[in-house]
Amino acid sequence: MSVEFSKEKLQEVQRIIGFYPDGKQKSAVIPVLHLAQQEFGGWLSSDTMDYVASLLQLEPIEVYEVATFYSMYNLKPVGKYLFEVCQTGPCMLNGSDDIIKYIYDKLGIRPGETSGDGLFTLKTVECLGACGYAPMMQLGKNYREHLTKEKVDAIINECRQNAAAKN
Amino acid sequence: MGRKLLLDKAHIENIRLYDVYRREGGYRSVEKALKTMTPDAVTDEVKKSGLRGRGGAGFPTGMKWGFLAKPAGVPRYLVVNADESEPGTFKDRYLMEFIPHLLIEGMITSSYALGSNRSYIYIRGEYAWIVDILDQAIQEAKNNGWLGKNILGSGFDCEIYIQRGAGAYICGEETALLESLEGKRGNPRIKPPFPAVRGLWDCPTVVNNVETIAAVVPIINDGGEEYAKIGIGKSTGTKLISACGNIKKQGVYEIEMNISVEEFIYSDEYCGGIGNDRKLKACIPGGSSVPILPANLLLKTSKGENRMMTYESLADGGFASGSMMGSGGFIVLDDTQCVVRHTYTLARFYRHESCGQCSPCREGTGWMEKILLNIENGKGKMTDIDLLWDIQRKIEGNTICPLGDAAAWPVAAAIRHFRDEFEWHITNPDDAQRRNFGLANYAEPLKVVV
Repeated sequence: MSVEFSKEKLQEVQRIIGFYPDGKQKSAVIPVLHLAQQEFGGWLSSDTMDYVASLLQLEPIEVYEVATFYSMYNLKPVGKYLFEVCQTGPCMLNGSDDIIKYIYDKLGIRPGETSGDGLFTLKTVECLGACGYAPMMQLGKNYREHLTKEKVDAIINECRQNAAAKN
Repeated sequence: MGRKLLLDKAHIENIRLYDVYRREGGYRSVEKALKTMTPDAVTDEVKKSGLRGRGGAGFPTGMKWGFLAKPAGVPRYLVVNADESEPGTFKDRYLMEFIPHLLIEGMITSSYALGSNRSYIYIRGEYAWIVDILDQAIQEAKNNGWLGKNILGSGFDCEIYIQRGAGAYICGEETALLESLEGKRGNPRIKPPFPAVRGLWDCPTVVNNVETIAAVVPIINDGGEEYAKIGIGKSTGTKLISACGNIKKQGVYEIEMNISVEEFIYSDEYCGGIGNDRKLKACIPGGSSVPILPANLLLKTSKGENRMMTYESLADGGFASGSMMGSGGFIVLDDTQCVVRHTYTLARFYRHESCGQCSPCREGTGWMEKILLNIENGKGKMTDIDLLWDIQRKIEGNTICPLGDAAAWPVAAAIRHFRDEFEWHITNPDDAQRRNFGLANYAEPLKVVV
């Protein structure tokens, strides 16, 4: 896939740059990296990061050092559906360890691994601020909360159906 | 029922929408401030209210505003800290999700007081759907003349922008947040200079928590003195508490700071007691960084007085027998929970979130995680407990920002109050894999090891 935003996304980049005073477009690097990750396959290749650097008139290293610092940026390819399961204290008290193990039992993937069909990646994350609705995972833009084995089954089915519908 | 100043209208249908929010009395504080008050008069009301920073530090908000430098011709900024990431804390999310205009209203009034024409909300990247909710609220406020140029004919201009983070607890620390907002790694800055003098893009900046800025709305509407009448002593007003762990009713509660911890845990108005009718073992009352307390020290202070949900009472006894109000992230552990395992997950969290700038924190958090995992897995040695104690002491106070302290305190408090449980894990490694230590040794008053 070629690394270039569509016209609409380029307008979005300009809108973001407008959030900051003149000459401070470096501030746009974090939101623009979010946009790039969403547009270019769910992860940031070095080509993608170089492209973002050129858009914001930054040195590539200024983008790399940001991309490697923040945990939401994926620096390796991930599956179509990324299960980000919280494992910090309050989620642990409510059984997040069992959820992580259940995902392994169902999909055969450990944290950091992607299923053979390329559909699912499991990533363990630290506190996402859903402690009262634990255990939980982030899937795309939204949180899936009060997880049970049954809910995990339903989420996996939902993803498989969505993937099949798109093919 | 306690009074609610922030969430009193959060349950009203469609309160997220401008028309409903306005009909319910929204944006009155902006009208009052811009039409009848000077910026300094707004700051004075906040000073009178006794409001303290709701993000965790509890620093008096009016005083923080008073420190803001105002050199001529230099822009000033208000930045709202919505990077809520302290384990156990999910109150700001609730406020932004259900009553977003309250934050926008508080920001406009506060921006007027501070002279900020361009104010930012720095929100944690994972709260992606809340960005849409806030975006809509900002757009509605703008369409109705509450943002933009010459608001209400006052001559005051203000715009609000949202900046999404990308996953980093450290960006909740105000100088790391500013670095991140400038498009850099979230490495905290050495203070001084403080943000009030040199903050965002080297300009004078106030960074305040979401709940703090929301509280400015009732303070301006009803006056600082009215606000200060609620609560006990220097704990004025209401506080949002996000309660989680092994309780019957997890969720976000707004409390007047005059109820006891016991009432908060056991009354049906709040947590409703311990889940599955188990026994209370321990609690971290103010987010994962603050000291964990065993049941007996949680409900009563070491002097035998009822412990109250106030800054002062929660801290009563210092770290020897007290804790802190912190961010209001209230984590409850029942008697089936393992303090060693729980502390291990927190140590892992801090290792993951250390920015790596200061060696005591970067190295020490990794050591603590590994040692705790060994103990948890039945591979610990008795000397490990003293080693853990030694490491946490060498982190505390030796780092640029408070993340070092935040990582050290949970480990210190767990050893201080639950040393028996650590020792049991080490002397009974097989047992520890199969069953829990439970409450056994805590029926008697604890000997406090400092």
